[in-house]
Amino acid sequence: MGAQLRIYRRRIRSVKATKKITRAMELISASRIVKAQQRVSASTPYANELTRAVSAVATFSNTNHPLTTESANPKRAAVLVITADRGMAGAYSSSAIKEADGLVVTLKERGLQVDTYLVGRKAVNYFKFRNRAIKNSWTGFSDNPTYAHAKAISDELIAAFIKDAQVDIDGVDELHIVYTEFKSMLTQVAMNKRMLPLEVVESDGPAPAGLLPAYEFEPNAEEVLNALLPRYIESRVYNALLQSAASEHAARRRAMKSATDNADELIKSLTRLANAARQAEITQEISEIVGGADALASASAGSE
Amino acid sequence: MSDKVLTVEFVTPEKRVWSGKATMVSARTLEGDLGILPDHTPLLGVLVDGKVTIKTETGATEEFTVSGGFLSVANNRVSVLGESAVQ
Repeated sequence: MGAQLRIYRRRIRSVKATKKITRAMELISASRIVKAQQRVSASTPYANELTRAVSAVATFSNTNHPLTTESANPKRAAVLVITADRGMAGAYSSSAIKEADGLVVTLKERGLQVDTYLVGRKAVNYFKFRNRAIKNSWTGFSDNPTYAHAKAISDELIAAFIKDAQVDIDGVDELHIVYTEFKSMLTQVAMNKRMLPLEVVESDGPAPAGLLPAYEFEPNAEEVLNALLPRYIESRVYNALLQSAASEHAARRRAMKSATDNADELIKSLTRLANAARQAEITQEISEIVGGADALASASAGSE
Repeated sequence: MSDKVLTVEFVTPEKRVWSGKATMVSARTLEGDLGILPDHTPLLGVLVDGKVTIKTETGATEEFTVSGGFLSVANNRVSVLGESAVQ
């Protein structure tokens, strides 16, 4: 077997091995998307009930809460960026980071300092490589977040928000979150949202059914709000984590699908080349034999 | 007893724990134990760690242990929001 042919065969073997891996990752991600979507929908009833409760308190009490008060003179903002722990997911992490960079630019234009909080190893590596300051980071659960993770993150963020940013270096006046919304299997969009201070939106439309009666609060409206709002933030962070996880799996599935397709393509063209090389080798051997025989024949003819 | 029933939703962030019709829900709030029967006045309460008991329409009793959460009652609709719950 000629050297050329051997090289082609070796490359085909290696591409085939890679294809097996990417195919397996594609299938794994495909099954995990479904699970991640189920978790998103499993968390919806809680989020809905919580929203109802918060709007009930907001409608029936005039309590002002630190989490809803806008700072007159904001000084610092926190940005929470949610990315993946692992790569092989196409542009998933980089588009979230790009969105975050854009947000940081707008915040700086407003004269705010920015504290970054990161979720996912990809963002941590990106920031470390560029020597950028990280306020805090959480890694290791990007593809399968639980409520406990969301709670840990929001506890820290709420604590930072409650501190006075004017005097405390850890305090922030605003909290923004950058995550990837799972729109469908094919579309996932990196977005940024302001989480804190919460905007109490007075709805103009008819009040939703079931919210009309005047509530009794136990122990009192202030206490209830105190307990409700952190939960509300937690559930928003949890939802962002779940959406991002679903998006991560979808992005990875798509990236791995195109990798598998490319491997197929590559194998096809390499096989063609290998066939051509084999054919060239045979042709060469034939012409060598013919040439050799001719030379022998003419040599022996000349000696006679 | 009235023929009215409560529509109960018992949810945690990770899943819906229980939902259905019940004749009574009792739970412990910051102010103490609280029992809710049909036609209860609208209420929003903060739960403390403890037991939530649901007496279902069929007469069975479902008991859960919650850690923190809320209880909201309006129009015979009871929502229990626990941070975590075990049966």
